Amino acid sequence: MAITSLPSPDGQELTIVIQGRFDFGAHQEFRDAYERVNLSPKRYVVDLKGTTYLDSSALGMLLLLRDHAGGDHAQIRLLNCNPDVRKILAISNFEQLFQIT
Amino acid sequence: MPARLSILIAEDNAADRMLLSTIISRQGHRSLTASNGLEAVALFEQERPQLVLMDALMPVMDGFEAARRIKQMAGEELVPIIFLTSLTEGEALVRCLEAGGDDFLAKPYNRVILEAKINAMDRLRRLQDTVLQQRDLIAQHNEYLLNEQRVAKAVFDKVAHSGCLAAPNIRYLQSPYALFNGDLLLAAFKPSGGMHVLLGDFTGHGLPAAIGAMPLAEVFYGMTAKGYSLTEILREINAKLKRILPLGVFCCATLLNISFQRRVVEVWNGGLPDGYLLRASGGERVPLVSRHLPLGILDAAAFNDHYEVFPLELGDRIFLLSDGVLEACNQQGELFGEKRLHRVFTANRQPALLFAEIQQALLSFRGELQDDVSLVEVSMVEEGSLSRGPLTFTGSGQHSPLDWSASFEFRGETLRHFNPLPFLLQLLIEVEGLRPQGGAIYSVLAELYSNALEHGVLGLDSSLKCNAEGFAEYYQQRSARLAQLREGYVRFHLQLLSESGGGRLIIRVEDSGSGFDGQAILEQQLRIDRLCGRGLALIRQLSERCTWPVDGQGVSVEFSWLAGA
Repeated sequence: MAITSLPSPDGQELTIVIQGRFDFGAHQEFRDAYERVNLSPKRYVVDLKGTTYLDSSALGMLLLLRDHAGGDHAQIRLLNCNPDVRKILAISNFEQLFQIT
Repeated sequence: MPARLSILIAEDNAADRMLLSTIISRQGHRSLTASNGLEAVALFEQERPQLVLMDALMPVMDGFEAARRIKQMAGEELVPIIFLTSLTEGEALVRCLEAGGDDFLAKPYNRVILEAKINAMDRLRRLQDTVLQQRDLIAQHNEYLLNEQRVAKAVFDKVAHSGCLAAPNIRYLQSPYALFNGDLLLAAFKPSGGMHVLLGDFTGHGLPAAIGAMPLAEVFYGMTAKGYSLTEILREINAKLKRILPLGVFCCATLLNISFQRRVVEVWNGGLPDGYLLRASGGERVPLVSRHLPLGILDAAAFNDHYEVFPLELGDRIFLLSDGVLEACNQQGELFGEKRLHRVFTANRQPALLFAEIQQALLSFRGELQDDVSLVEVSMVEEGSLSRGPLTFTGSGQHSPLDWSASFEFRGETLRHFNPLPFLLQLLIEVEGLRPQGGAIYSVLAELYSNALEHGVLGLDSSLKCNAEGFAEYYQQRSARLAQLREGYVRFHLQLLSESGGGRLIIRVEDSGSGFDGQAILEQQLRIDRLCGRGLALIRQLSERCTWPVDGQGVSVEFSWLAGA
């Protein structure tokens, strides 16, 4: 489990990269990834390329990020979901809240 | 600065004993002395020193035996024993350690090394102390937590089991502590017959997952008992969870509304894996797909209560599961997944063994039992085969009104959004004499209302429902026309009469439609396919009298009762 965050050069976009299992164990690290950056980006990208698994706690954490990023006005893209992850997002109908590409 | 310790010295040579005792006292420790093993054991028992310096070879009882006994008495506490020995061959030194010694010190004694070893052993001793204390604390906390869970579960079981999970057409499997992995299974009879069933799965585990279960169950049972519809219950649960749960905690759920008389099931799935409608004939598996976000995420304005309707036949089964099944993981990190589940379905021959076969498949997939699995299966049966308790009322115990009449007209705007049935039922069961017939009255009201709304106001043609495609079409048209409804009305006239020895209720329902030919409908229904309405026949069966004028404008039904009956 490793989470890194990387702002774009202009500071408008923050990319959060999640490696391994994305579950309750990642709670604090995930929050830190967007709370402990000294900028307020307009857009967020959650890169799930290295994410092997995602549980319902992780869905909850994504909702927390969405709230942090402005709720209904949040611009969050979920990138590079593997089929298992995509399935879980689809069952929960999270494409209604996030842009999943 | 190390703490002052009390140290036992067991040494048969008086000069050595004196020397050691002096060194130790100078280092600030208290010394106790024994001249053989037996004395050492007795002194240990009496004084409980924290560290022992033990000569290996002594008369009466040697150091090896004494060390063994002292270690036994010390139990879990670490009492370091340092062997004092002039022995040099490896085998003898090994014996010292095997007897329970922690270290040794070679003769002749070196003051500096002795001091260093005492300090090192004291560190170990204190480390062991801390570990034991923390272990006990954790055990105590754990016991406390388990006890809290037991109490919480007992309270929750009382709430959850007020439902009808024990009905003969329901089969379910839940781990005993399912509540604490966030799974929730509720079932309740509706006043009109039929049932609501809810399988829910809260985010996360433990107490936070269990905490939303209580209000959810209360809303589910309370509103079902009062005759509220699936969408009203969903909206209320969603709004309540949204209000009370912290952000990021929500509930994936499937809610079923099964009508045994009408032979349909309404399904709303938000976030649970596909359930299945398992057809009795042909073995078809119709997936019940999640179309919505879970409960507790969206606010009321954005919440989507759109449900799907499926016709049912006797013996059809509805199967729901929580994600514990599909997400069961084996040692290679693979998920159990839908394909494996479908293989179990396909191989299944006896419905009664399905759950056991799923568990068996999980067991051989994972190599151990899966304990966070919730499964439920509800069968379509004849309504009459289910024995249900009487409706429960929260009456005020005051005398009930006996001689009154009231008329209500619900117009377009209201019909679109509001379900008048719970409201009317609450009014009628204020009359004590009507309570035993509450279920039948509700069923008749529900049939009269849906006939008036669907055929009268919306002008839907029930012969559409004669096959499966038409059935879906019918319900699509129903929502489409309802959404656009501006005009039209449904009127309820309620009249309550006091009669000798009891009373009588007359309900007359009119609508803005063009009327109907009751006799023709009754005759037609005997012939056409069973997918479409048994409404009118049902009303006739449940009420004491049922009449309609020749022009079909309005239906009248009557119920009567005898006081004390």
